[in-house]
Order: sequence, then C-alpha cells, then structure tokens
Amino acid sequence: MTTARDEILARVRSALSGVDRTPPLAPAPRIAAVPDLVGHFADRVEHYRAVVERCAAADLEATVAAALARHLPAGSGTVVVPDGLSFDVPGAVVDGAAGPGLTALELDRVDAVVTEAAVGVAETGTIVLDHGAGQGRRAITLVPDRHVCVVRAEQVVPDVPDALARLDPTRPMTWISGPSATSDIELDRVEGVHGPRTLHVVVVDPG
Amino acid sequence: MSGTFVGMPAFPTAARAALADTQLRHNLAHATGTIRAKRAAVVGEVEEWEELRLAGAAVKEAALRDLETHLVRLEESLTARGATVHWARDAAEANEIVARVARDHGVDEVVKVKSMATQEIGLNEALAEHGIAAWETDLAELIVQLGDDLPSHILVPAIHRNRAEVREIFLRAMGSVGRPAPADLTDEPAVLAAAAREHLREKFLRAKVAVSGANFAVAETGTLVVVESEGNGRMCLTLPEVLVSVVGIEKVVPTFADLDPLLRLLPRSSTGERMNPYTSTWTGVTPGDGPQEVHVVLLDNGRTRALADDVGRQALRCIRCSACLNACPVYERTGGHAYGSVYPGPIGAILNPLMKGTGDPQTDSLPYASSLCGACFEVCPVRIDIPEVLVHLRSKVVDGHRGDTVPKAEAVAMKAAAYAFSDSRRLGWVEKASGLAGRALTRLGRTTLPGGRSAAGRIPGPGAAAWTGARDLPAPPRESFRAWWRRTDGGRS
Ligand code: SF4
Repeated sequence: MTTARDEILARVRSALSGVDRTPPLAPAPRIAAVPDLVGHFADRVEHYRAVVERCAAADLEATVAAALARHLPAGSGTVVVPDGLSFDVPGAVVDGAAGPGLTALELDRVDAVVTEAAVGVAETGTIVLDHGAGQGRRAITLVPDRHVCVVRAEQVVPDVPDALARLDPTRPMTWISGPSATSDIELDRVEGVHGPRTLHVVVVDPG
Repeated sequence: MSGTFVGMPAFPTAARAALADTQLRHNLAHATGTIRAKRAAVVGEVEEWEELRLAGAAVKEAALRDLETHLVRLEESLTARGATVHWARDAAEANEIVARVARDHGVDEVVKVKSMATQEIGLNEALAEHGIAAWETDLAELIVQLGDDLPSHILVPAIHRNRAEVREIFLRAMGSVGRPAPADLTDEPAVLAAAAREHLREKFLRAKVAVSGANFAVAETGTLVVVESEGNGRMCLTLPEVLVSVVGIEKVVPTFADLDPLLRLLPRSSTGERMNPYTSTWTGVTPGDGPQEVHVVLLDNGRTRALADDVGRQALRCIRCSACLNACPVYERTGGHAYGSVYPGPIGAILNPLMKGTGDPQTDSLPYASSLCGACFEVCPVRIDIPEVLVHLRSKVVDGHRGDTVPKAEAVAMKAAAYAFSDSRRLGWVEKASGLAGRALTRLGRTTLPGGRSAAGRIPGPGAAAWTGARDLPAPPRESFRAWWRRTDGGRS
C-alpha cells in the first residue's frame, strides 16, 4: 500500500516534471541607513502605543522599579522575572529558579513580568525574545497583563534581515510589536486582547 | 457551531443575495475602505516595495519549483527536533489525524488558532463528530463561531458584522459555551475585546491540546511560524501540552533567511501595519518550554493539482494577506460568502478551481466573479497575476463543457458572461438576458447537481441555516448590477 507521504511526493514530482527547478533569485532589498538607529527604534515602538523610555545603564534598576510602580496598583501587585535576569527586581518571584516554574494558573494571578530581550528591530519597532537567559519561558511573558521589557542599545538592528541573521532558528521566538491588539471589529484597532495589554519598553544606552 | 460552505449556490446567485443586503454592503465598504487606506500608507513608506515584492515572489517560487526536495528536508528537520510528521492526501485524512491525536489524550475539547487550512478541511465539524469541541480563539473567528455563521474574509472573518451585531451575538451565545458576557456589555470594540479575553482565558488555561496552522514552514530548520495580532495564537502555541499544526505543503520556504521578504511584506499588505503585534516561531519540541508533544500534518488536498497547472501554479505563492480581497470592487460589494468557500475574493476565484478542479457549477462560476480590473495583482505582495489565471481558468471551464451534446445551462451562462466581461460595452446587452440565465440556473439547481444538492432555494446540510435562514435567495433582480451601480455610485450612496 502506498503511504500518503509517498503518494503526495509522487504527485509533486509529476506536477513539476519538465519544470525548471531553479527560477531566478531576486535578493531582498535593504533599506537606507538611518542616522539615529536607537532613536528610530524607540519612535517605532512608541507608534504601537507601547510606553518607551531610555535610560543609562546605571539607572536601569530604578527605571524598571518606576515602570512597575506606574502600571501596578499602588503598593500591591506580584511580579515575576525569569531566571538569569542581569539586574535585580526587588520582591519579584523568580520563575524556574527551583523546579519547573509557575503553572499557567499561577501566572494568571501574577500582575507583571520583567524580562530582557534578544534583538530590537528599528524599522518595524519589534522586540524579539528568543527565550534564553533573562527572558524566560514563553508563558511568563504571555499570561501576565503587563510586560516590562529591557532592550539594550547594542541589541537594536536596522531591519528584519539583520534580526534573522542574529537569531538562532532552533530557539523558540516571540516577535513583539506593541501590545496585544485586534482590528476584528470594524477594523478598529483596539489594544489588548489576550497578550499583555501594557507593554513598557526600557531602552538602555551604553553606560 | 460554525457552518460549512457545502451546498452553496454558484457565485451569480449568491452575489445577488449579498447585494440585496444593505447592512452587509455598508459594513464591507467601511471595513475594506479603512484597510485599503492603512495598507497604502505603510506600503507607500517603503521605497523598495517593488523589489521586495519580487524577492517575496522569488522565495515562494523557488520553494514551489523544488517542492519535493524542500518537503523531504522539512520532514527531516522536524523529526530531528522531536516533532511527529504526518502526511494527509485530503481533508478526511488530515481530520482523522488530528482527531486521533486528540483522542489519544482523552480530551473532549481543543483550542484553535485561526487557520485557513483547518477551515478548508472542515476540521471543527469533523472533530464534533468525534465528540470533540474545537474552540476558535481569534476574535473574529469567535464571532463567527458564536454567531453560527460563515467566515467572509481571510484576515477578518467577521468583517460583515458591525459592533452592534457582535454585542448581540456575545450576549446571546457566550453563556451557552462557557463564561457568559457581562450583562452590561456595550458595543465599544475595546469592551467587546475584553469580554472575549475573559471568555477565552478559562479555555486557554485548561486546554491540553491545541490546533494551529502555520504561515511559513522553514525546510532547512524545521521552524514553523505563526503571524497574529491578539495573542490567542501565543496562548495556543505555548500553554497546552500537545500541539497539532495543519500545514499546507505550499507553506514551505527553503531557509530561515528566506523569511525576510515575507515577514516584511505580509503585515504591511495584510493589516496595514509595519509589523503585526505577535509572530511566534517554534522548531519541534523545546524541553521545558511550550508543548512537549508536537505534531505537524502536511496537507495536500488539491495543492498538487494546482501545482500541475503551469499558469495557475503561481496561486500557491499566496501568503493569505487578503490585500486582493480588500482591493477588489466585486468583493467589496458582494462580500465573502458569495464565493462559497473559505477562500473568497480574487484569490478564492482562482484557488478553488485550481485545487478542486473545474466541473462543479459552483466552482466553475468563480473565475467569472471578476471584472479583470487588475487591482488584485497590483496589491499582491507575491505578485500573483490573478487576472492572467482567471482568464486561463475561464477557458478551462468552457473547454470542460465542449463535449456536452446539449449545452448545460451554466455553460451557456458562463459563455455569455465571458463574452460580456471581455468587452464592457456588451454588458448592456447581457443585462437584458441575465434574468433568463438566472432562472435557468435555478432550474438546473433543482434537478441535476451531484449529491442531490440544489443550487438555489433552501439549501440542505449543516450550517445552511446560517445562509438561508438570514437571507432570501433571490429571484433575478429587477435592477441589473450596472443599472444599480450607476444609480448608487457603486453602492456608495
Ligand atoms: S493572492 Fe496575493 S494579495 Fe491575495 S491573499 Fe494571496 S498573497 Fe495576498
């Protein structure tokens, strides 16, 4: 009995018999360089109605604390951070420090998450997480309603092809361009459906 | 829950019903107008747009022309990364595979990311037969599912519904399948979105099995890519223990770097954004992060038939951005349901006949659902020459009836349509005859369609109520399309 696999591949072969298998390539164009890459990145992120601020490396912890205070109800709120975060977030629960990490139900009761990122894409205002050290499992940046994300200036690249070149495809990735949104009702863009409804990006300038 | 398109009337009949629905026309004109403007703005800021289109087309063309190599490579990469690869010749095989995975885990529900492939194969209905509920989690799909309705647009399946209708559907239907909508629900889009968030969250948190499609599948690495906005995709791809992705074989791209032109082209063409809010990629199983059991179903279901068509093959480059729908003057006025398929609009008018083959009256009518104005080609990010394929398919439809001893009514109608559309001055003449053709199609429908289906009138079968319950299928209109167009400035007044 022929398997579905063999039959589909045979159909493909017969469909393409006599067809030139190597059509001419057309390299993707590169965009012109912008003078202020990091500023451009910040503008583009802000365009999605994310909160964006820049700070010096020395002020990072204070800036993150202020961001959390701004988005959380006064004096309350639980915060989760991934294992391996390169700075300190006082009072935060560390996911996966001991054992498998919080369950989805537990994460649903967490108010905010603080992480780092792998790459920032200036042209599209995109932050890419590859869920390595300081970024955590995918679930922790998904279930809580507020995400404070730290991007370092040297992680910002001009455009999508530069990002792809820096990233390891075998890692799971999340490309984030602004807070969760939908345009499904009369094509009216509304921020916030299932992912974090608040995205606060802190861009760290080299110290 | 949501209906199917089985037994839909041919395009001319269905289009007439849609044109008579003024609310539908208003919703559509508003929505497509908005999105056209957004797209034009973000495409306009890319100086190299034409080169980018060429690059996108080249990537997809290279993948298709050497499809066997890339599919085998994809299978190897996925398997090496701990995924299980299945192959499905048709819809029934694919549905069976998904149902088997769900049954193996003893679940009676799955959560779903919006996916054209799973709609195409009627997965939700097939799972329902196995006693498994498939929850749609995309907001528009949720609206369609709760409204027991049919999708009408690739990107925004509920584009035909306005906010007041959405509120009414949520209030009426949410409670019967889970957390009810709050009693004080308003018709503000933000409030409606928040109700969907609450309603679906309990489903995300408890789901064991998720079903997705994929926008792209990278042969070299085994990486699958899902492009979305709301975060429902991330929920499905991340929280459940088991993930099954149904992926059309044309979704393959050779290398990870090849994603570049496509990830730049798709969001600008689709939602009119520089980038969509969320893109997720995963490569098999990642220990400790996300689903620990990953299945990929590689689906043919007519794709190899399209591949064999030298002119039509280019349709498989489609990245489902829906720009051609939004640009199409026919779609703007008839909406998606008139096409009788999950693939509506210009791309549906070529993809359906290419994948299903010609010969069925409903499918055969689709290549005529166009004025060949060329707007679809202009906006297509992967440069599919839809008008060229339409003309090619029209000749196939006509050829298919050449041997008929007595010309079939629809063949006569099609020839008349081809004749008329090939020269707009002839349209005035055909207008007079159209009432006749419509009646001929209706008569034909009462008697001769395969499977005992009727092409007009009350339609039997699951989901048909969604169509005929809400609208009367019409007698041929008193006013012709062109006369109506002149009188109302193309539906705008
Ligand atoms: S045919 Fe082109 S424009 Fe239409 S949905 Fe496909 S990619 Fe988009």
